[in-house]
Amino acid sequence: MTLLLGFVFVLFLTALLFLLRLYLVVNSGSNQPPGARGHVAVLVVGGSGGHTTEIMRLMESLSAAYTPRHYVIADTDRMSEEKIVTFESSKPQSHSDLQFTISRIPRSREVHQSWSSSVVSTLTALSYSLPLVFRLRPDMVLCNGPGTCVPLCVAGLLLGILGMKKVQIVYVESICRVQTLSLTGRILYPVSDYFFVQWSSLRDKYPKAVFLGRLV
Amino acid sequence: MTTVFVTVGTTRFDELIESVTSSEVTQILKARGYGRLVLQVGRGTLVPDANSCADLSVEAFRFKDSIAEDMRRADLVISHAGAGSCLEALGAGKPLLVVVNDKLMDNHQLELARQLHMDHHLLYCTCSTLTETLKNMDLSVLQPFPPGQPKNFANFLDKALGVK
Repeated sequence: MTLLLGFVFVLFLTALLFLLRLYLVVNSGSNQPPGARGHVAVLVVGGSGGHTTEIMRLMESLSAAYTPRHYVIADTDRMSEEKIVTFESSKPQSHSDLQFTISRIPRSREVHQSWSSSVVSTLTALSYSLPLVFRLRPDMVLCNGPGTCVPLCVAGLLLGILGMKKVQIVYVESICRVQTLSLTGRILYPVSDYFFVQWSSLRDKYPKAVFLGRLV
Repeated sequence: MTTVFVTVGTTRFDELIESVTSSEVTQILKARGYGRLVLQVGRGTLVPDANSCADLSVEAFRFKDSIAEDMRRADLVISHAGAGSCLEALGAGKPLLVVVNDKLMDNHQLELARQLHMDHHLLYCTCSTLTETLKNMDLSVLQPFPPGQPKNFANFLDKALGVK
């Protein structure tokens, strides 16, 4: 009995410390901003169709300081890779070293997939995301809504929680969202460092959101 | 030739294809000076053939890798409410009439079309009001749709992350 109580107590303490650490990571500005070193390693999450179009427009606007760029797309996605390669090959190749990579992970949620099977497939996606993000160690994760964002952001947060690296979570809600956030947006709103919305009605509902007008 | 391009994206919307090729509608389109009707019918069952219509020349296809060329050649775009199609047409600077599929309820994509209609970037109707809308529409009330400013995002991020 005492053993069980002790076990529960330890479990409770661990969970508490974990949450405290999560709170600290999410609310801490890093002492040394990543840009101060001259370059920012970005992990970019692609999605199907419209999501990729939007994120590529954002990528086009970023300067050469955002290097290297690690693209992660869902394994069922055929469209995105072509768009990414087209975009990257249009960039001037000033360095001979690696500037971009493309990785694939299992899709965490198909459109209209049920809630319970989404949980299982998200866990599967997480098991692929963790080693990938721990290996790439990006300075920031940039995403805009496909379900694949969630496990990748969780992996980024975990790097911070374990004290290995503070990964900035940058979320840009899709232009399609005028009145309500997407499911991914609602999940990532509390844990993102910068959360952009593209319509003023969303900024009014979500005070933490950054609204700079239409971005894409 | 003055062209109307109808697009349903990756969905199916037979009711729209049927309405837009009805003699009632094609007569109005002809009276308005349009001579050519190009239909992208997606997964729909209805693929009208070239001589299905007395008033206009008709071309129909299901999908293409890119419909950018059809958009570019169009003088009027009639589209389903899908965000991708709306943004593509507006981005190409074309007058746009969005036809809402009222059999698809609670589709979040409607949010964007509705907002763009409120901001006078597009016209908005359902299949049952299509004839009326085409008859009475005034395309000169439409406001141009300025492109988004991704540079604002980049500037904000540069500052936030300390990028020089």
